[in-house]
Formats: sequence, C-alpha cells, structure tokens
Amino acid sequence: MEEKRHRIGAKLILGITALFFYLPILYIIVFSFNDSRSLTKFSGFSLRWYEKMFSDSAMMQSVVYTIVIAILATIISTVAGTLAAIGLSRSRKALRNVVEQVNNLPIMNPEIVTAIGLLMFFSALGINKGFTTLLLAHIMFCTPYVILSVSPKLRSLDPNLADAALDLGATPLQALTKVIVPQIMPGIVSGALIAFTMSFDDFIISYFVTGNGVNNISILVYTMSKRVNPSINALSTLVIAIITVVLIVVNVVPIIKEKRRKKV
Amino acid sequence: MRQFRSMVYPYVVWIAIMIVVPMLMILLYAFTGEGNDVTTFRFTLENFGRFFSDAVFLDVLKRSLIIAIFTTIICVLLGYPIAYAIATGPEKSKMFWILMITLPTWINMLVRTYAWVGILQDDGLLNSFLGLFGIGPFKMMYTTFAVVLGMVYNFIPFMILQIHTSLAKMDKSLLEAASDLGANRMQCFLRVTLPLSLPGVLSGITLVFLPAVSSFFIPKLLGGGQYVLIGNVIETQFLTSGDWNFGSAISLIMAVIIMISMYLTRKVDTDPAANGRGE
Repeated sequence: MEEKRHRIGAKLILGITALFFYLPILYIIVFSFNDSRSLTKFSGFSLRWYEKMFSDSAMMQSVVYTIVIAILATIISTVAGTLAAIGLSRSRKALRNVVEQVNNLPIMNPEIVTAIGLLMFFSALGINKGFTTLLLAHIMFCTPYVILSVSPKLRSLDPNLADAALDLGATPLQALTKVIVPQIMPGIVSGALIAFTMSFDDFIISYFVTGNGVNNISILVYTMSKRVNPSINALSTLVIAIITVVLIVVNVVPIIKEKRRKKV
Repeated sequence: MRQFRSMVYPYVVWIAIMIVVPMLMILLYAFTGEGNDVTTFRFTLENFGRFFSDAVFLDVLKRSLIIAIFTTIICVLLGYPIAYAIATGPEKSKMFWILMITLPTWINMLVRTYAWVGILQDDGLLNSFLGLFGIGPFKMMYTTFAVVLGMVYNFIPFMILQIHTSLAKMDKSLLEAASDLGANRMQCFLRVTLPLSLPGVLSGITLVFLPAVSSFFIPKLLGGGQYVLIGNVIETQFLTSGDWNFGSAISLIMAVIIMISMYLTRKVDTDPAANGRGE
C-alpha cells in the first residue's frame, strides 16, 4: 500500500517536472503561429511571423552565420580535438596533466570570464571583430569538449593494436585512420554533437567577441527582445526545430545502419 | 607507443595562445591602471579599491550572491525529489525521464529564457491559471521571482542529473541490509540513501551556483534593464563604458568567489564526517 502511494507521488512529481520543462517551449512554438502581436492572447492561426522572419534580412543573415559557424567549428574542433586526444593519450604524464588542466579552464570558468579574455586578446592582436573572431572563439570552446569525450574511449583502447598495424607494414596514417579512429568513433561522434550544439546555441562568448554586424541567432534574440516582436517566436521555433532534427538524425542514423548491417 | 605523440603539440601551442594568454590578460588588466601602453604598465590596486569602496557595487555583489544561493537551494530542494523519483522508478522509464530532463538543455538557453516572457506577463498564462482559483493577478515580470524562476528553469537539469547519477550508483543491497536490521523507510533514507547521494548534491551545487552567480542575460530578459547583477556590471564595463581594467578586476573578484565556493563544497565532499562514508 505504501509502495503504491509512493509510485503515485513519484508520477505526480515527474508529471509536473515535464510540464515545467516543456510548457515554455510549447508556448513559444504555439505563439509563433499567433495571428496578432500579443504574447498572451492567441487570436488565430497564421504564418505571418514566419513570412516576416524569412523576409527579414538581419534574421536570415544571423541564421546563415549561426549554421556556417557551427558547421565549421564542429569540423575543425572535432578533427583537432581527436588528433590532440590521440597525441595526449601517448604523451608523458606531466604534459598530459598540464594539458588536461588548461583544457578544463574554459569548461570550468564562467563563460563571461572566457568571453572578456578573448575580447581583450583579439583586440590586442588587432583582429577586427566579426566572422574570424567568432569562428576562432567557437573552435576554442568546442575543442575541449571533443577531447573530453574522445579521451575515455582512447583509455579503453588497446595500445598494442596500433603498434601491431605499424609492425605489419601500415603507414602511421593508415594505422590512424584504419585502426585507431574506427575504434573511438562513438566518442568522436558524441564530441562532434556536443561541439555543434555548443556552437549553435552559444550566446555569451559570441556576444562579446563579435562585431561589425556579424550576429548569430542568440545575439539577435537578445537585442530584439527589448521590444515585443513575435518574429522572435518564429526564429526560436526554427532554432528548436533545427536542434531537434540534429538530435534525431544523430540518434536514429546509427540504429538504421545497425539494422541494415544485420540484414546483410 | 611513441607514435602519434607529436600530434598533441599543435594543440599545446593553441591552448597556450587561446586559453592561457587571455586569462593572463585579465590578470594584467585587473592590476593595472587605465591608459596601458605596450611599454608602460602602471601596476595598481585601484580597480579593487574602487569596487569595494562603492556601496552600489557592493550591493550588486550582495544581491548576486543572495540570488545565486537562493537559486541553488531551490534547485536542491526541487531537484532531489525529482532525481529520487526517477532513480527509484521502474528500470524502463529511467532512460525516458533522463532523456526528458536532458533534452531541454540542448536547446538554446536564451530562447528558453525568452519563452517565459509571455507566460509571466500580467495577463499571461500563469496569472490566468491562478485566476481560475481566484488568486492574483500578481506582477511577475521584472521581479526577483522572475529572475530566480529563470535561473532555476535553466540550471536545475544539472542538479537533477548529478543527484540521479549518485543515486543510481548506490548499492541497493545496503538498503536491504538496513531494513533487515530493523530500520524503517525514513531511517533507511536519512541514514543510507541521503549520505550516499551527497556527493551528487555537492557537484550539482557547483554546477548550479557557478552559472547562477555569473549570469547576465537572465536578469536582463526577466528582471528588466534596472535589474543589475554582477554579470551585468561586467557586461557594461566591457561593452558600454569601455573600462576594461575595472571590468577585469570585477570578473577576477567573481572568479575568486566561485573558486572559494568550489573549494568549500569540495571540502565538505572529502570530509568523512560530513558525508558518512567513513573513508
């Protein structure tokens, strides 16, 4: 009896939790289809805010910048992070400790501290704020996450495998691409996924290091939210849709591949 | 074994330039005066003096700390039962609920914070709901309530996931042993489950307190332009008034506060008397 009451209590708690987490997200999606400007009264279905968003060049530009930066930062940080992690797994302990500590700095530091450091650094070098600084900053904060997600896979990898490949006449490049990388692939994929979403969603660091009209979606939402503008809801819904699609693709594609492999 | 070792060197150079140098620049700016030249540095403690002698800034610091501590406490009080409900639930639903908690964290924080603006309006969803019971309407937007709500909403998943991890790792036979030895449900929880899950609570506290104390867009979006926390002061120094020396000093003060709080939570964690592991 007590057990049963406990289960009902747990279900109630979890139900309210789900409502708390998903209600705001649903709310913004519903109101992106609102016919009026109101954020509180739903007066009918319309796509006018989407039309407005797609014809707003600043919004469309921010979408393009966000996606381009996220893709470039993901590719570069995944390749660089994987190579660094492999190198790291074979370097001396002292060096490995130092690199791991420094690698953790951007993860442990408040983002605003990382952001102002980069802002002052770029300005000291005289690099114009904009696309370049944005991309460099994103690579800088994405790579540590790739390393963190690849390293555990390397630790459980048998170091003799690569050596065996080399002994059997494989070039170092072949040993890398044919032996090591396939074994640590799950770590690389989850690292790339974290890198993509970190870059795609970033606000604080981007806000400080960008300039000259180069904005990502987060910065645009932040600057536009000072006035009521329902196009923000449409833009937000677009952001939610893109992330949802990416998550589904990353989680579903391996399952489909696995099924196909089993059939063959 | 030595093969591939050299692949780490480019990254060592990269982090030295992109991570270490910017951090050193914050230190340098914090301890120097305005008008820095490449050749002349004027070392000074003025920036810190200015912060600690100004009642306005001290008030902001106090408010930031209170709000961050308050947010952290609420996250523990709400997050623990949620994590407990997941961890003690049927095996099949565990994965589902962990996914439900994790999913929102993948969505843009700014967008999720902005979503509350409509809900918290005077004639918004929450007030309409309370109106059904004849309560309210309350003014919610641009209040401390809205700011704390926004922070709890954004940061509580970290708390839930941390506590759940430590609850899931717990050896269930300990509970059986306790009840065999005559402990009732409450005693089992207080003397076995709670102490064993404390490490999860503590790392959850760090993960919530850190972003809460440094947050600046949640107070701006939900608290309004008048609502100033320490993160907002740093933003203003860098992006409006352009006083990088003072801004660096403030972020250094904030970083030190965070380090002290992390040190304190870690100390509780390793203190055997406090967590009952008796190691």
